[in-house]
Amino acid sequence: MLSFIVRRLLQTLPIVLAVAALIFVMFSVIPGTFASSMSDDGRSVLDAEVMARMNKEFGLDDPVYVRFGKYVADLATFDLGTSFRTRQPVAQVIADRLWPTAQLAFASMLFAIVVGVPLGFIAALRPGSWVDTISMIGAVSGLSLPKFWLGLMLMYLFALVLGWLPSFGYGGGDPRYLILPSIALGVAPLALLARTTRAAVLEIMNADFVRTARSKGMSEGKVVRWHLTRNALVIILTTIGLQFGTVIGQAVVIEKLFSWPGLGSLLVDSVTLRDIPVVQGSILVIVLLFLLINMLVDVLCAIIDPRIKYT
Amino acid sequence: MLKNFVITTALVLTMSAGAYAETPRKGGTIRFTAPYGSSFANLDIHTSNRAQDEIWAKAIHRALYNWDSNANKPVLELAKEVTTSSDGLVYTFKLRDDAYFHHGRKMTADDVIWSFTRLMNGAKAYPGARYVRIIKGAVEVEKGQAKEISGLKKIDDFTIEMTLTEKVDPGFNFYHSMTSIYPADEASKDSFLSKPVGLGPFKFVEYVPGSRLVAERWEKFYQPGKPYADRVSISIMGEASARDVAFRNKEIDASILGPTQYVAYKADPELSKGLLEVAEVYTRNMGMNPNFKPFSDKRVRQAINYAINADLIIKRLVKEKAYRATSWLPISSPAYDKDMKPYPYDPEKAKQLLAEAGYPEGFEFEWTATSNESWGIPIVEAVIPMLEKVGIKVKIKPVEGTVLSEVTSKGDYQAYIWSNTSGPDPLTALKCFHSSTPQSACNYTQFKNAEFDKLLDEAAASDDQAKRLENLKKANAILREEAPMWWFNYNKAVMAYQPWLKGLQPNATELAIQNYEDIWVDASSPAAK
Repeated sequence: MLSFIVRRLLQTLPIVLAVAALIFVMFSVIPGTFASSMSDDGRSVLDAEVMARMNKEFGLDDPVYVRFGKYVADLATFDLGTSFRTRQPVAQVIADRLWPTAQLAFASMLFAIVVGVPLGFIAALRPGSWVDTISMIGAVSGLSLPKFWLGLMLMYLFALVLGWLPSFGYGGGDPRYLILPSIALGVAPLALLARTTRAAVLEIMNADFVRTARSKGMSEGKVVRWHLTRNALVIILTTIGLQFGTVIGQAVVIEKLFSWPGLGSLLVDSVTLRDIPVVQGSILVIVLLFLLINMLVDVLCAIIDPRIKYT
Repeated sequence: MLKNFVITTALVLTMSAGAYAETPRKGGTIRFTAPYGSSFANLDIHTSNRAQDEIWAKAIHRALYNWDSNANKPVLELAKEVTTSSDGLVYTFKLRDDAYFHHGRKMTADDVIWSFTRLMNGAKAYPGARYVRIIKGAVEVEKGQAKEISGLKKIDDFTIEMTLTEKVDPGFNFYHSMTSIYPADEASKDSFLSKPVGLGPFKFVEYVPGSRLVAERWEKFYQPGKPYADRVSISIMGEASARDVAFRNKEIDASILGPTQYVAYKADPELSKGLLEVAEVYTRNMGMNPNFKPFSDKRVRQAINYAINADLIIKRLVKEKAYRATSWLPISSPAYDKDMKPYPYDPEKAKQLLAEAGYPEGFEFEWTATSNESWGIPIVEAVIPMLEKVGIKVKIKPVEGTVLSEVTSKGDYQAYIWSNTSGPDPLTALKCFHSSTPQSACNYTQFKNAEFDKLLDEAAASDDQAKRLENLKKANAILREEAPMWWFNYNKAVMAYQPWLKGLQPNATELAIQNYEDIWVDASSPAAK
């Protein structure tokens, strides 16, 4: 098991390096600099001397290969650099935003799992019933709803009309503030999980070993617990793992809409303002999280299903 | 007799009640919003020139001057009085002796000198350096040739002498938050970046990056009885639609409106009662590059101005959230000429001018624009058919704001559309068209006109305020005539406010920037306690 984890961790290294190089090249060729972003509102134009000094201070005058070399060298020592905008270490800037994003991602996935998986199970156990029809219509709708629009509608309904929940903000960790953004973010993975679960359970229900179990007189409850659930879990877990990563990436829209102080809104602002060290750092962290979660899922799958080997 | 008495008594009682209702109330929380993005840069206001950051800085910091929105001019803030030498170059400031930093120490002349010297640190890039550069010897510090600004002399702890390099009103340079006065001892520490200490009406409490900043009343603030509120909480809300819901849900006290919301709020009988409208000092314009052959001809530039029905665009697309521009200087500028007329919509005249300039069949140009709804691609798309009518074809080049500022300062465009600050000081605003101003500064259209230069130079040298304004008006008229730009509109900034929020100021430099010490909330606010 340990060697499997180590091997998987080592496999992530080239991916991380490739991502780092890609981001670096992209932001080296696109026009606009942090200094020019400071004049973009046309309000207070940065004068040429300060602009030149800024480019020098941040090393933007250096040739691309020098900058890349420095970036890779810093990365090797786990130094993500200094933010142009906040003038703080990028690691600290990201750390400030990581917990809110983690809260949002976990809450939305929890919502998606708690509602989506049972819904998929029920739909599969009663195929063609009204539960199946309604839940699948809901699933398709959930997948196609734009997050921004859904978030606004939730705000309108639960904050403005019903007055049950706050419409925006972080609230210093007050869980009430987490409800609307996590629902808005969790609806799409919920829909996907419901559909995947239904499909997986339906397929397993028709498998030979399930028919054998039933013909041997195993109760329906046991069939569901021992055969259906266990076998479907591998597919469900894999979907959860993939969706977790997707949710972190898609949090951008929801974080901006709900003024949620996460990694997504930091990334958008940093791209707009060409705060390149923060962009690079944020994307790297998101990629690492994605890889880490999927590795955990692989480990869990192997524990659940002994047929999967640590190879 | 009795009737008169009853009427008089009723009148007095009504007036008293009115006066009572308007007496500022102490306590409560001002729940403000920062609408220009989803974060603040950092907590060192010297490093940022953005309006978004000035919104929080006004709560915590103060500069030598402050902007008086009602008088529409800069006024002394950290000094009680100022005397000027006969040549207009030496200013002697008597600093306040009752201004305390939030860590309890009194501000002295040393703090002013330290702050200005910090801004001129040549190894750093502080945007406020451009303002401090008018002090004699500041450039030498910037270049590393001196350690002290020779034009700044401490006479005593509360008196400072400032020698300028040119005759300008320093108020326009030193009211910006990016020139705030820091405590020399505290600001040198690393902790200052996460816990700023200032002289403002509110003391820093907490900052949740990307979410909000909270500050509480500073009891030793130098303005007696102020601030009125106990706290100010500034929520970072870049999304207009989310602000709209939060405002309607009474979770925030004020919100800056875009054109779409402006229409909806104006139509609502309740919301329309709380709208503050201000003609801000921003001019929306289409700059034309004289190095692109057709635009080197004045007649072509004028033809563009005649060919576009700006009034129609303002009405239909900008939803009347703008004032028609006549030239560069905006309505709120003291040198604005009320009698000046904008270019009328006259496609025939445009065609005639184009023919005279040698373009009877028109021409094609590339128009660089961002996606901004008030001065970006949506506006360009509305203009395209109007220009096509006179034979001019347009190709849109979409860019981000970051790129727009870069291409305009390098001249890497044929035409662009932008919103630029055109005030509050008319002299500074017009200097952007002086031939000595480089394109990289703000002379984006490389404007060059000897008569214009002469008028501006005379205005700068003159002590006679009336003559100065007259010169500036004439210079502004030359700009209208020469048409280096299509004069589109001046921004009408609109702030929606809740009925319990009082004391907002019509700040023409940027409506979202308020002096929080003058704002108060009445007992009906959900955050009144």
